[in-house]
Amino acid sequence: MRIGLVVNPVAGLGGRVGLKGSDGADVQEKARALGATPRAPERAATALAELRSRLGIPFAVPTAGGSMGEGAVLRAGLVPDVRYRPGEPTTAADTVRAATALAPHVDLLLFAGGDGTARDVLDAVGASVPVLGVPTGVKMHSAVFGATPRAAGEAAALMAAGGVRIRDAEVMDLDEDAVRDGRVSARLYGHVRVPDVPVRVQQRKVGGTVADPSSVAGIAAGLAERAGPSGLLVLGPGTTMRAVAAALGAGVPLMGVNVVAGDGTVVAADAAAAELEALAGTAPAWIAVTPIGGQGFLFGRGNQQISPAVLRAAGRDRLAVAATEAKLASLGGRPLLVDTGDEELDAGLRGHLPVLTGHGRFAMYPVR
Amino acid sequence: MKTGPTPSPLAPADAKIGPKPPLRRFHQARWDEPLLFELGSPGERGVLPPLAQAPADVVLPDGLRRAAPPALPELSQPQVLRHYLRLSQENLGADFNVDVGQGTCTMKYSPKVNDRFVRDPKVAGLHPLQDERTVQGVLEIMYRLEGLLREISGMDRFTLQPGAGSAAIYTNVAMIRAYFAARGEAETRDEVITTIFSHPSNAACAKTAGFKVITLYPDADGYPDIEALRQAVGPRTAALLITNPEDTGLFNPRIEEFVRIVHEAGGLCAYDQANANGILGITRARDTGFDLCHFNLHKTFSTPHACGGPAAGACGVSAELAPYLPTPTVEFDGTRYRLDDDRPESIGKIRPFYGVVPNLVRAYAWIMSLGGAGLREAAEVAVLNNNYLMAKVLQIRGASVPYAPGRPRVEQVRYSWERLAEETGVHSEDIGVRAADFGTHYWTSHHPYIVPEPMTLEPTESYSRAELDEYAAILAEVAREAYEDPETVRTAPHRSTVHRARVDVLDDPATWAVTWRAYRRKILGE
Repeated sequence: MRIGLVVNPVAGLGGRVGLKGSDGADVQEKARALGATPRAPERAATALAELRSRLGIPFAVPTAGGSMGEGAVLRAGLVPDVRYRPGEPTTAADTVRAATALAPHVDLLLFAGGDGTARDVLDAVGASVPVLGVPTGVKMHSAVFGATPRAAGEAAALMAAGGVRIRDAEVMDLDEDAVRDGRVSARLYGHVRVPDVPVRVQQRKVGGTVADPSSVAGIAAGLAERAGPSGLLVLGPGTTMRAVAAALGAGVPLMGVNVVAGDGTVVAADAAAAELEALAGTAPAWIAVTPIGGQGFLFGRGNQQISPAVLRAAGRDRLAVAATEAKLASLGGRPLLVDTGDEELDAGLRGHLPVLTGHGRFAMYPVR
Repeated sequence: MKTGPTPSPLAPADAKIGPKPPLRRFHQARWDEPLLFELGSPGERGVLPPLAQAPADVVLPDGLRRAAPPALPELSQPQVLRHYLRLSQENLGADFNVDVGQGTCTMKYSPKVNDRFVRDPKVAGLHPLQDERTVQGVLEIMYRLEGLLREISGMDRFTLQPGAGSAAIYTNVAMIRAYFAARGEAETRDEVITTIFSHPSNAACAKTAGFKVITLYPDADGYPDIEALRQAVGPRTAALLITNPEDTGLFNPRIEEFVRIVHEAGGLCAYDQANANGILGITRARDTGFDLCHFNLHKTFSTPHACGGPAAGACGVSAELAPYLPTPTVEFDGTRYRLDDDRPESIGKIRPFYGVVPNLVRAYAWIMSLGGAGLREAAEVAVLNNNYLMAKVLQIRGASVPYAPGRPRVEQVRYSWERLAEETGVHSEDIGVRAADFGTHYWTSHHPYIVPEPMTLEPTESYSRAELDEYAAILAEVAREAYEDPETVRTAPHRSTVHRARVDVLDDPATWAVTWRAYRRKILGE
C-alpha cells in the first residue's frame, strides 16, 4: 500500500498565540509576528514515525517538497518521493495542487492541517482516494482527523495491514472570522472517504461503537414505520440519513435536505427552506435528522434549510432524531446542541429527546 | 575479596522487574499439543461402560438411528488426562492467576470442597426423569436454596430454572409480559426502560421479548439521568430493568425514586443483581420496592461461570407475580417435596427439568458455609478490595476513573486508559495482552464502549491484599513500559505459546470453527 503525505505548514499557526485559526495571509503574518512557529511538519513527522514503527520497515512516501512534506518524511527516517514543488510562502492553492498531484500515486493520502486544509484536500481529491488528517489545526470540527498525530499514524498502519473499511466522513467549514467574534458557526462542506478505525475505542469487541450497518437499517425501518406510506420524511444531510433514504428505496444527494415519502418516492431533493415550509404545511411531515458526529449539533449547522418555520409546522412530536450508538459514544457524554436561530424554539427543544438508535431502540439523550 | 551483602538466590535476576511486590517471571508452557481427535488410535480404550440394555418395547425410528458409529477419538484415560493438563499449561487457567480483570464477570473463588457434593453419586447419579419420591433430597436442597435467596432479596418466590444470568433476565421479561397480558395491557405497555451502564443483557432480553427499549444515559455525575427517566415513563411503560450498582461500579443513590416514578406510571421494576457481590446482606431488592430481581448464581454465589454454558440464574418475584413463574415450582407440604406443574398462568418452561442442579448444590453449599454474617462480610470485603485497588490504580500514570470523581465504587470500577493511549499509542487491549506476560488475566469486554480505552476490574472478596498489590504492580509496570518502551507493550505477548491471535478469523462466521466437524469443513476443506 502506498501512503502519501501533504503538509499545510501554516496550519495551526495562530493557535498558540490566541488567533483561533490561520486562515489568510494577514493572520499568518500576525501569528509569526507574535512568535508562532509552524507545528504541522513536526506533527506530521510524529504520525509517520508511528506508522514506520508499526510497519517495521522504511518505505518511500510520495509527498510535496520542502515544508509541505519532504522535511517531515526525512525527519521520520523515511524516503521522500517528491511529486510537487510549492513556492514560498505556501498557499491554499499549493495544498490543492499538491493533493491533486499525489492522489494518482497513493492508496491513502495523509494530510497535516486543520479544517481549512481538509476543505482544500476535498476540493482536490474528492472521493478518488481515501484521506486521513493529522490534526495540526486549532480546533478541528471535521470528522476526518485522527485523535492525535500518533493515532493517525496508527490508523494508517492498520489500513496498510488490510481489512479496514472505508467510510464517508464529514468535512466542516468553520467561519474563523465569526469565531474571532466569539460565535461558533460551522457548516457541512462535504464528505471525503476515510479509513474506519475507531482509534479512541477498543479495536476488538467494539460492540455498539462501530458504524453498524444493521443499526442504520433498523433506524430506517423505524422511521418508515413512523411516517407510514403516505407520510413525508424530511431527511437532514449526512450519511445516516442517506442510508435511511436508500433503505426506503430512494436515492438522494448526500448534501442538503431531501424529502422522501414513506413508500420511497423522492418528493424533493436538496430542498430550500421555502420549499420545505410549503411541503410541511400541506402534508404530515416527520423531520428526521442525525447529529453531526463528535460535535453534536442537531439544528443550525449544515441543515439551516430546516428552518424554525418548518420545525414549528411539524411540531416537537414529529421530530425524529436518529443516531447510531457509535455516534452518541463519539460525543463523549456531551449533550446534543440546537441553534435554530429562534431562541424560543431552541428552548422548547432542550431537555431530553428520544434518539432512535436502532429498530425499536431509543436513547433518552440530553439536548442543550 | 568481595564485600557487601550476598544477593539472595530468590532475588529476581532482572532488576527491571523488581518493584514491591516482585513481579512473577511467568512463562507459559508450549506443548505443540495435537487436537484430541488427532491423538486417538483405533482400539484404545479408557473405560468400558456396560452396554446399555434397551427396553424391548422401545424401537427407534430409522431416521433417528446412526448409519455408522460416531467418529470419536479413541484414547486411554491417562492420555486424556495428560492432554488436558498440557492444554491447561498453555493458557491462563482460572486457578492460576489473580483474575480480578474479569470485569463484570465476578470470578470469585469457587471452593473445591463444594465440588465434592456435586461429584457425590447421590447427586451425580440422579436422573431428571426419576419419580419425585426418589429425588426428595435434591428437591429439599432446591426448596431451601429458594428460601435463602428469598431472605437475601426480600422477594416472595423464586425460580431456579434459568440456565444463566441472561436467561434469568429473559425469564423476568417474559413474566412482565405475561403480567400485562393478564391485565389486557399487552398491546399498550410495550416499552422497557433501562440504562446505558446496566448490563446490555437487559436491553437485549427486552428486545428479544418484543419490547421497545429506551436507554437512559448518565447525567454529569455518572448516575442514570432521573430527568430522562421522567421524560421516558408513561402509559406505554411496561418495566424498568436496571443494574445497581451499574457496571461503572457506581450505586444509584436515587434508586427508590426511580422505582417510585416507574410504579406511578403503572410499570414494574426489575433489579438486575448481576453486580450483587457488593450488596449481599446490605440492601435488598424488595425493600427498595422492586417487583422482580435476579441473581447470577454462577457469579455471586460462587459456582462456575461455565463460559456461557451450564451456569445458573435465579429469578425472584413478589407474590403478585408468583403465578407467572416458570413450571415446575418446588413445593413442600410439611412432609414431602413435590414438583408443581399445575400453574395455569405460568410462562411455561425456561429450561428442561429442574435447571442446572450441580450449580444449585454448589450455591447452596456456599451460602450455608458462610451464613448470614458471612455473606455480609463477603460483600464488605469485596467493596473494600475494590476501593483499595482503585486507590492503587489511580496512582498509575495514564489511568483515570470517569464519572463522579472522588466517589467510592461498590464492587467494580470501569477505568479509562484514554490519557495513556493518547500519550503513548498503547491501547487498553495492548495492556491486557502484556498483562498476560506477567501471568495475569485482563478481560477485554467492557460494553457499552462509552468509556474510552476501558478497563473493568472486579476484585471480589477472594483476593488477599498481597494479590491486589501484585495486580496493581503489574498494571503499573505495563503503564511504565507504555511510556518508556511502547514497542514492548504493543508487540506483546512475549512469554506466551501463541503470539497475537488473528481475531478477524474468530469474528468471521465463514472461518470460525467451534467443532471438529466445522474445523474439517472450513479449515481443512474436507
